[in-house]
Amino acid sequence: MEWQFFLEVLVGGLLAGVMYSLVALGFVLIYKASGVFNFAQGAMVLFAALSFVSIQAMGVPFWLALLLTLVLMVALGVGIERVVLRPLVNQPPITLFMATIGLSFFLEGLAQMVWGTDVHGLELGIADEPFDVAGVFISKFDLFAAAVCGTLVATLALFFSKTKLGRALRAVADDHQAAMSVGIPLKHIWAIVWGVAGFVALVAGLLWGSRLGVQFALTLVVLKALPVLILGGFTSVPGAIVGGLIIGAGEKLAEVYLGPFLSGGIENWFPYMLALLFLLVRPEGLFGEKHIERV
Amino acid sequence: MKQTIIAASLVLATVAGSALAADQFIPIPSYRVGPYASGGAKFYGGMIDYLNYVNLKEGGVGGVKLTYEECETEYKNDRGVECYERLKAKNGGASAFNFMSTGITYAVMDRADKDKIPLMTMGFGRADAQDGRAFKYTFPLITSYWSQATAKIQFIGQRLGGMDKLRGKKIVNLYHGSAYGKETIPVLDAMAKKHGFELKHIEVPAPGTEQQSQWLDIRRERPDFVVLRSWGVMTPAALKSAQKVGYPREQIVSNWWGGSEEDAIAAGEAAKGYIAGSFALDGKQFPVIQDIEKVVYGAGKGNLSDKGYMGTVNYNRGVVSGILMVEAIRAAQKKYGAKTLSGDQIRWGMENINIDAKRQQALGVTDMFPQVRTSCQNHEGSGYTRFMQWDGKDWKPVSGWIKADTSVTLPLIKASVEKYVQEKGITLRDCNAEK
Repeated sequence: MEWQFFLEVLVGGLLAGVMYSLVALGFVLIYKASGVFNFAQGAMVLFAALSFVSIQAMGVPFWLALLLTLVLMVALGVGIERVVLRPLVNQPPITLFMATIGLSFFLEGLAQMVWGTDVHGLELGIADEPFDVAGVFISKFDLFAAAVCGTLVATLALFFSKTKLGRALRAVADDHQAAMSVGIPLKHIWAIVWGVAGFVALVAGLLWGSRLGVQFALTLVVLKALPVLILGGFTSVPGAIVGGLIIGAGEKLAEVYLGPFLSGGIENWFPYMLALLFLLVRPEGLFGEKHIERV
Repeated sequence: MKQTIIAASLVLATVAGSALAADQFIPIPSYRVGPYASGGAKFYGGMIDYLNYVNLKEGGVGGVKLTYEECETEYKNDRGVECYERLKAKNGGASAFNFMSTGITYAVMDRADKDKIPLMTMGFGRADAQDGRAFKYTFPLITSYWSQATAKIQFIGQRLGGMDKLRGKKIVNLYHGSAYGKETIPVLDAMAKKHGFELKHIEVPAPGTEQQSQWLDIRRERPDFVVLRSWGVMTPAALKSAQKVGYPREQIVSNWWGGSEEDAIAAGEAAKGYIAGSFALDGKQFPVIQDIEKVVYGAGKGNLSDKGYMGTVNYNRGVVSGILMVEAIRAAQKKYGAKTLSGDQIRWGMENINIDAKRQQALGVTDMFPQVRTSCQNHEGSGYTRFMQWDGKDWKPVSGWIKADTSVTLPLIKASVEKYVQEKGITLRDCNAEK
């Protein structure tokens, strides 16, 4: 049935979009708090997943390995802030961006040097098998990933709105100098944000690693997050989710229904085109902050 | 006094020169870091182990010691070209290069022609380079992409119970969205025409991390088989996506780039039953692998960081690469003498490799790879492919060696060579005159 197939493509696309959002979230967190576009997010995803499977390969039980990797990733995030970014405070954004490019190469090399170059399988105990809902096949793993992502977003939303630390983060995001003037310790806030980004990288690394195997190519998943960021805005957590859903569904439907007329394989460039078209209408993205500068 | 120093220096220089003259230099453009490091470290580890094995076991080839130097390409074209330029004239000159990369090979082909240095493109391309009259310095040894593509279809025919059973069947060619991925489209089209099956090409945009829509399309098409032309992360992503839409992995047949432990392990349970072609079998049952372990690792000179990788698919491919390189040197020495040989002389040797059943037995490689006999015109020298199935832990052979369908490949090669010759403004070599 054609409508069933359409639904399958749509639902599959929406669920794939959730996976993109997961990666986009890491970017948003750091950009929101520090204005830095973290080019190293993909390398952090690889580092997290590779650390987890390598620790597990030493015979460490799943939950302990998860905890140890979490500690490692938070330490890494805090370390990056301390060693790479703090010395660059008050430098132009492009300088910070360039620093994260260097950081990306460093992390990729470090991960392979410490944990080796082997490809690892990663099973989270959720089989990537379909189940039938009125003739529409839906992946159990995709639903699990969506649930994880939903929980993560809800937790982050609560953290940002209900905790003192979260409010401090939002204050920093709004205006660095104003936040510092009321006594918010900017450097500590940045360290926390990088730590949280490390945690998000771990979650993304586990889910993507489970799907693709834990290998260097995990660094490439960021390519899927970029159009999500353009569409959703670089500073909005809900934007990352909605952007992911639109991009995921859009690219799948385009590949299936437009692809045959454009010789196929359009999934790579179509999301960017969609995002750019969107920018023509809303330059700040769906949920991005509108900047008005008075001159 | 001054004259004595000059004389002594001249003597030393002569000694050093003669020491160099007794070596045969083999450049190793490896990739041990970056996205493909896992396979690269094993492949080049196997190749280096074999070179060391020949040095330790026989004192080199005909008394000429084999030397090598590695250069890290990271599987990147620019770095590959840099490695080529850095190593081509080193230590008496490069014997031959094996980049294990289609992209780098294409990038250096014209340079290698000019420098008269052979390129080993074992298992890959370009496929038309098997015609040595047009491609004097390129050697797609054992099996080219086109040969493998025809072998895949023949294998599917065998699974169905005969080539005549292909008529009316449907096959999807799921290919990597790159020049590599598209290279077999004409050959598969020709096979579809010949055997009367329906063929649908579906592109996966590189690198292939996301394949949801392609596999939903496949599920809708309900093909009898999917031939996979993948590389790197595209392979596990394809297998996981196939599992997700419920497509049986036993009906997915890949070429050798998707047929290593790395590809299957990354996909976990989803890889069970998946089939891939190969030009070299895995395992430690071959006498040559066992002897390398004894001689090279026994002497503490093994190249692998972990000896446990011996016998893996990529390791064994590396050993095969080393064997073909050494056999080319042996052949060239028969013509030019046991001394340091130039790239062009090694090219002659590579055109005169003869690994028949007797030689395979002597080398301890019977059934590890097919017999190889090259010539001035035939730079492939074999054209056989074998298929293996992943049982969840290991690759197991599920076919014999299947010969390429030359009735399909040769006309395509002829047409491609004619076009190439015209584009480059070159004339074909007269192989009879060169005998």
